[in-house]
Amino acid sequence: MSELLKNIIRFFAFILVQVFILHKIPPLHQFVTPYLYFLYLLWLPFKIPRLSLTLLGFVYGLCLDYFLKSPGLHAAACTLMAYLRPFMINMLAPKEDSGYNYVAPAPSSMGWSPYMVYVLVMSFVHNTWLVFLEWLQLHNLWYLAGKILATTGVSFLLIMITEVLFYRKQKFRTNI
Amino acid sequence: MRNVFLFIRRNFNFFFFLILQLIALYMLFHFNRFHEAAFMDVASEVTGRINKQYNSIEYYFNLKKTNAGLVEENNRLRNLLRQDFLIPDTSYSTVIDSIKVDSLEQYRRYLYFPAKVINNSVTLQNNYITLSRGTAQGIAKDMAVVSPTGIVGKVVHVSKNMATVMSLLHSKSQVSASLQKSGETGSVEWDGKDPQVITFKNIPKSAQVKKGDTVITSRYSTFPPGQPVGIITDIEEQQSSNFYLLKLKPLTNFFNIQFVYVVKNLQKEEQDALEKITLSEE
Repeated sequence: MSELLKNIIRFFAFILVQVFILHKIPPLHQFVTPYLYFLYLLWLPFKIPRLSLTLLGFVYGLCLDYFLKSPGLHAAACTLMAYLRPFMINMLAPKEDSGYNYVAPAPSSMGWSPYMVYVLVMSFVHNTWLVFLEWLQLHNLWYLAGKILATTGVSFLLIMITEVLFYRKQKFRTNI
Repeated sequence: MRNVFLFIRRNFNFFFFLILQLIALYMLFHFNRFHEAAFMDVASEVTGRINKQYNSIEYYFNLKKTNAGLVEENNRLRNLLRQDFLIPDTSYSTVIDSIKVDSLEQYRRYLYFPAKVINNSVTLQNNYITLSRGTAQGIAKDMAVVSPTGIVGKVVHVSKNMATVMSLLHSKSQVSASLQKSGETGSVEWDGKDPQVITFKNIPKSAQVKKGDTVITSRYSTFPPGQPVGIITDIEEQQSSNFYLLKLKPLTNFFNIQFVYVVKNLQKEEQDALEKITLSEE
């Protein structure tokens, strides 16, 4: 399957999973909202242009927003995340190394520990911005801190489980 | 001037990001006005259709609880039937009303429309419910929504075949309610944390309040009066004020809600017009 087709299928699959499975789970605690959908943006190829990546983040977040009736909330968080993604990748996987040889970020292309840092930082950025925007309507500092940490923890756990369940083998790209 | 263009061109990625971020924030903070924009209509028709498909499966898993709720409601309504009450024989004579005019129709205040819930959430700070009934089926904005066991919320947006309801579990929802026993009126809100706990404010400390008391909608709310709201689970006495802060358990089970009634207030237009005139004369 081509990389483009795979990503189009993922786009819809992640939104449907988020809306119809993760948002239907009765909440364990007031701090915990399980978010997994932004893994789509983390799995996009290395070579995607920065401009289209930012735009894709916006459109992707807005799609989820229409399901959850909160226009702009997830779009804002996803745009920020998509914008910061190239910086993180440059820091963790220098271009001479994996950026040119592999298609997309994965544990098999970046190594487990840089990949885990990448996931952890990106989900922290996403959840911080999301919870902060929610908090502007509610005002409670402990709530803000607790929710960011708990939500990031749960997101990280979910992503790692997904990563192990759907192990993506990244082929080493040779010069053709 | 040339330097400005160069600067913009060099940082185009950043500016593009900034523009998208600002659009997103504008949408977020002007949600209510944006709500009326055309493409929210289109979007809610599309998401509504997907939600309908999902709900047709989910519905079967909730049948048992839905039935239990309906039986409970039937039970409550049956207990209100007139033939269940015996009028004691204390009157001197029975007077038969000879005027053959059906006076019920003229004074009817509330009309109930049944509606199916096709989407619902409880995990967010601002929860909405989607109904498969819209303007074509008689639903309008600001109508109250009740479930067989308690109140649900208020219609905020209608498209042709669907309507979205601001749930009681919404940080901006506010319902005027009163104690069933003594009738003191306060307001019910949600703090956005636990969907099993709503708060009931502005009840003076002179009122007699006990855990387990029922709270119903007041005569001044958009809901029909006397609809059950919740059961008192916790009583907090605020030291600095003269009011209680009561915690309620909502009587509507928002986790498995499947059928609701949308309530049309037939006298709303007349009442609104009259109140508007009164206010404008001040």
